Amino acid sequence: MATLYYTEEHEWLAVEGNIATVGITDFAQQQLGDIVFVDLPEPGKEIEQGDEVVVIESVKAAGEIKSPVAGTVVAINEALADTPETVNEDPMGDGWFLKLHISNDIDLGKLLDEAGHQGLLEDS
Amino acid sequence: MNQKNTILTTPLHGLHVELGGKMMPFAGYDMPVQFPGGIIKEHQHTRTHAGLFDVSHMGQLIVSGPDVTRELERLVPVDLEALAVNQQTYAVFTNTEGGIKDDLIITRFADDEFFLVVNAACKAQDTAHLREQLSDDIKIETLASRALLALQGPTASNVMAALAPSTTELVFMRGCTATISGVECYVTRSGYTGEDGFEISVPGAEADAIARILLNYADVEPIGLGARDSLRLEAGLCLYGHDMDDNTSPVEATLLFSISKSRRPRGAKAGGFIGADSVFGHIENGVTRKRRGLLVQGRVPVREGAELFDTEGQVVGTVTSGGFGPTLQSPIALGYVASRSADFGTELFALVRGKQVPVIVAKTPFISQRYFRG
Repeated sequence: MATLYYTEEHEWLAVEGNIATVGITDFAQQQLGDIVFVDLPEPGKEIEQGDEVVVIESVKAAGEIKSPVAGTVVAINEALADTPETVNEDPMGDGWFLKLHISNDIDLGKLLDEAGHQGLLEDS
Repeated sequence: MNQKNTILTTPLHGLHVELGGKMMPFAGYDMPVQFPGGIIKEHQHTRTHAGLFDVSHMGQLIVSGPDVTRELERLVPVDLEALAVNQQTYAVFTNTEGGIKDDLIITRFADDEFFLVVNAACKAQDTAHLREQLSDDIKIETLASRALLALQGPTASNVMAALAPSTTELVFMRGCTATISGVECYVTRSGYTGEDGFEISVPGAEADAIARILLNYADVEPIGLGARDSLRLEAGLCLYGHDMDDNTSPVEATLLFSISKSRRPRGAKAGGFIGADSVFGHIENGVTRKRRGLLVQGRVPVREGAELFDTEGQVVGTVTSGGFGPTLQSPIALGYVASRSADFGTELFALVRGKQVPVIVAKTPFISQRYFRG
């Protein structure tokens, strides 16, 4: 069973063993509006924590996703190339971006659990 | 927040908030970028039905007085004498170097009275320019309390037929006064979407009521500035401050149509406007760069500021507006391209995050304009 974490930038990561699946929350997709392109990294790419790892293009503007953890990209959501709108429709599920093989222990201090995430939404 | 003290609102601000508009500052006004449906749905609704836009942030001015026609003709290269009462024209204010100070729509209200609609961000500068350039006999009235609504789309005329039947007889770029629900408005057949449509100038105090009446029609949905931008981009219409500015001549901007034939070299009233020498130089000798449409190959949006390269890797231009065209289902852009690379069909590359994105130099509009010409 994966454990779900969130960042203060409204990304989520589902951690199962040493694999983290990364996406954005429903709140984030609503803020971005209609998504028309998602620029994903090449599988195999080494990512440092805080690296700009995904660029999301909405009709109006481009936004970057910084990686919440360090790791190696082991999979990307290829389906988003043809159907980027999936991120709007199912951000927590089929709209995932990539899977990282986590290189270090996750710095939990920087991540939020479900309660912390709800608190963040209430403040937004 | 500091901004709250200075940001302006239009008479429809309350309605926007009530309708769930996502509000953002634009040209000093708190404006809706989109409503809950989102930009793509709003865009498509305007192309298939009718969209209601609040464009009250734009400047509305009345310029009047003896000989106002001749005086205004020094500021815009348009044959205003030839403009009939209730006829309107697109125009640019030129500067001494032949660049564009602003673009505007001029409507003749009477022999010695013109109605000007200018860009929100240029209002103060334009008013100052008019005051400085026109003689003291000319009155410049800023209609600050007036609102401006745009009803755009193929079924806009059905809505107007029910509300103010006489306005459906207007053809593109004509206007008339009309009473909508007891309120006297000035209605023109014009817009910024490439679709048939109307712009309705109303007293600010009545704007909310008129907007609600329009929104009561099943065909009419509120549209934010996001879709306004994607609609105008597909229609190949320039956005001032992006696709042209003080350093761009109307010839470079491929806005030659904004210069009346009679005001061009060898015309009956050739020149006589600010910066005419420079503009004539561009007309007679050609320009080194031209505004062009860019059809982006693939799905990566190419945005303002992206550099353009030819197939040999030489920089040949810059993108000035770019985004996703929901009707075309493809990214599109406008930009300036060196004349040698500006032939339609030329293959170029835009650089986006270090990657080469192929683009093809294209004619604008990207979609066919559907203005009502009778």
